[in-house]
Amino acid sequence: MRLRGKDMVGLRNSTAQEIELILNTAEAMKGIVNRQIKKVPTLRGRTVITVFYEASTRTRTSFELAAKYLSADTVGVAAATSSVSKGESLKDTARNIAAMGADVVVLRHPMAGAAELLAGTLKASVINAGDGAHEHPSQGLLDLFTAREKKGRLEGLKVAIIGDIMHSRVARSDIWGYTRMGAEVRLAGPSTLMPKDIEKMGAKVCGNIEEALADADVINVLRIQTERQQQGLFPGLREYSRMFCVNRERLRLAAPDALLMHPGPMNRGIEISPDVADGLQSVITEQVTNGVAVRMALLYLLIGGGAR
Amino acid sequence: MKLIIKGGLVVDPVAGSVLKKDILVVDGKVARIGSNLSVDGAAVIDAAGRLVAPGLIDMHVHLREPGFEAKETIYTGTRAAARGGFTAVACMPNTNPVIDNAALVGSVINSARSGGLVHVYPVGAITRGSRGEELAEMGDMAEAGAVAFSDDGTPVANAGLMRRAMQYAAMLDKPLISHSEEKSLSAGGSMHEGRVSTILGLKGIPACAEEVMVARDILLAEETGCRVHIAHVSTAGSVRLLREARARGVRVSAEATPHHFTLTDEAVMGFDTFTKVNPPLRTEDDLAAVKQGLADGVIDVIATDHAPHTAEEKDVEYERAPFGLAGLETAVGLVWTELVATGVLTPLRAITCMTLNPARILGIPKGALAPGSDADITIIDPALAGVVDPAKFAGKGRNTPFAGRVLKGLPWLTMISGKIVMRGGVLLEENQQQ
Amino acid sequence: MLGGITIKEKAQILDREGIRRSLTRIAHEIIERNKGAEGLALVGIRKRGAPLAGRLAERIMDIEGRRVDVGVLDITLYRDDLSTLAYQPLVRSTEVPFPVDGKIVVLVDDVIYTGRTIRAAMGALIDLGRPRAIQLAALIDRGHRELPIRADYVGKNVPTAKKEEVAVLLQEIDGEERVIILETPD
Repeated sequence: MRLRGKDMVGLRNSTAQEIELILNTAEAMKGIVNRQIKKVPTLRGRTVITVFYEASTRTRTSFELAAKYLSADTVGVAAATSSVSKGESLKDTARNIAAMGADVVVLRHPMAGAAELLAGTLKASVINAGDGAHEHPSQGLLDLFTAREKKGRLEGLKVAIIGDIMHSRVARSDIWGYTRMGAEVRLAGPSTLMPKDIEKMGAKVCGNIEEALADADVINVLRIQTERQQQGLFPGLREYSRMFCVNRERLRLAAPDALLMHPGPMNRGIEISPDVADGLQSVITEQVTNGVAVRMALLYLLIGGGAR
Repeated sequence: MKLIIKGGLVVDPVAGSVLKKDILVVDGKVARIGSNLSVDGAAVIDAAGRLVAPGLIDMHVHLREPGFEAKETIYTGTRAAARGGFTAVACMPNTNPVIDNAALVGSVINSARSGGLVHVYPVGAITRGSRGEELAEMGDMAEAGAVAFSDDGTPVANAGLMRRAMQYAAMLDKPLISHSEEKSLSAGGSMHEGRVSTILGLKGIPACAEEVMVARDILLAEETGCRVHIAHVSTAGSVRLLREARARGVRVSAEATPHHFTLTDEAVMGFDTFTKVNPPLRTEDDLAAVKQGLADGVIDVIATDHAPHTAEEKDVEYERAPFGLAGLETAVGLVWTELVATGVLTPLRAITCMTLNPARILGIPKGALAPGSDADITIIDPALAGVVDPAKFAGKGRNTPFAGRVLKGLPWLTMISGKIVMRGGVLLEENQQQ
Repeated sequence: MLGGITIKEKAQILDREGIRRSLTRIAHEIIERNKGAEGLALVGIRKRGAPLAGRLAERIMDIEGRRVDVGVLDITLYRDDLSTLAYQPLVRSTEVPFPVDGKIVVLVDDVIYTGRTIRAAMGALIDLGRPRAIQLAALIDRGHRELPIRADYVGKNVPTAKKEEVAVLLQEIDGEERVIILETPD
């Protein structure tokens, strides 16, 4: 059993078996992350290049640590310091990176489909670290991993995703991942930020946050970006907070042992109240640790052994 | 110079007939149409089993000249047309500079005369620079040879200005071609808004972005009495609006493109930028409505919206890619494969949508075959099949989402003023033309 | 049939009783050599070393009345042949729930052959801490070493040809209990 494709561009294309393989492998990887000597020789001599067209310290660091723990060499290309900002096309940048001998290219890009474009151009494996509002599979996988670790299962879980679904690649990867593993996904957020026909992806759109939270086992609170207000997509943050902030009172609607997640960075007091973010049910910092393990699993499964 | 096209089924959109007849062509004109013609010394074209039609007209192409010669030129675009079975095209004015005055109209006509292979009818801009601010000199352009007016590529956003444009065009008895798009609804979008755009995380262009404008322009046409032609109809809602308008007797006509009756937004699923068109590929329901509209006459014309781009321009992220596909060289095959072979349209209706109807809308002396008319003839072989191979395109634009698709029912011969310019899918060099 | 290749059973080396006797003897040898069971830990190498380590710990308990730490090592991430394999091995968890620092760790595996697995296992073990000593117990030693490694405790030495394979079948994993030699065709 191994992953079918050379790339990981999204969870839409992943089968339940593949997701399970990744989560199981990540479990073993977490043992390495948690011990004193966080290093195994598995990917010695392999090169992982991270190409970030958007700033994201957290995701980038997570991928670089994952690569280093597996003994791969890592190089980071930041949009601001490279020819990326001099008008070179994504494909040309990619070809140059490939010519340097990358085994894996980790791409973060503001436009949907960028990872797929790159995957079709390169022989190297491409991992999508977020492309526009399309997908962010490693984030989706770490959400699944955290939920499974805490709940012992994914099947039958009730998962609520709250906030700006329209612009969220995390929401999309979560929907594919959770539903494929047999969980139920409910969505709540301003109707102007709910993309058309999203229920056709297998999620349930709820009329209000209370409905989404009822008996939920997992709550994933999305970041609301203030620029969406400037774009006129919702009237104001105060009203947003009143209608959609996950606070102590609303949290009581969920299952007593519900997990609270957030892909970060958080706007405390807007989409999530500070006491909830730091409360006992919050697994937000564990998500970060698990992110490294999941990314190690992806790297191993994509380039660790076995001629493709 | 005499030539007989023998044994074909002659499609006559004026009479509404498809009859086995021979056509005698003498000195570039149709001399006689009849049974069992034979003339000493005439070359014979065996058209048995094939459909002999008036030369096809594509009333919506972008030849890109002047200004965007890397994408296409009048020289290459008219060759693409000829290879696709067309003998005449109407070209849109969104060049650089925009064709918004009589001199520029004249220059397109001159370039077409010297380097073009098929007849070229320029469409002039409605507003100066297609900026949507003030009317262009449509009267002068009409005088110089513009057959219609459009700001195609962009809508005339200001309803008051559009109303005046219609009043003015009505005086000139020229049609306005409406690129129906409400920009405040479509801005930033790169595909149809629906399930697929949601999955892909691409900003969508809702169907209502088109329908709002179709409705507006129908109301304005009704009020001004101007002939309005709705370009590239893509939604079921637009078809419904057109059907109601036609029933009320509004002078509104409409066209649909082969890609809008062949592909849905599902084709965008792999982020193939060749599927990025404006208006976007819609849903199964929309596609069915467009077909129905073509079948029952609510949509009059099949036009390609041929919009060539360079490989580099399309080889980028989906959102960054320009809209448009190269349509001239796949149009007939798609019409036959998707509409005629499936029984949606009769051969007569399909050919009428590509000959007589666009000719009438544009007011050009084409689209029919009768003694004395120019011998612009397209012969279609319903049994001829082939795989779409962009490398064989005569046009510069290779941006087609149909590469590799098998099409059956292809143009077999294109004749312009009695000269054969294409035979068996291959353009004939000047010295080979008869 | 395995992967379309016919594999023939050539001979049985140990039966259920034979395995039991070998493990009992190894347990005695471990205790004797280390003068008791204090500071001792048994770490089985996945897959079949794991149940063997568990059984050895039981024997030691029987003999010495002392419980020794038992762990399981997954060496996949330490293998030196990953890039040459035709398949991708599953990575499973390493479960060594005790500190190895200062311990005498006995690695346990079913068969010792080239020595490469043991090399990987030593690498993996040392990344967990600093044992006082590492020893090796193998149920079968079939020869053909490629590295300077030898077992401290061997159940049975079995001279084999390279084209042969030794299969250790254990109740916990295979539902039967014996050791056989298989002949793979050229």
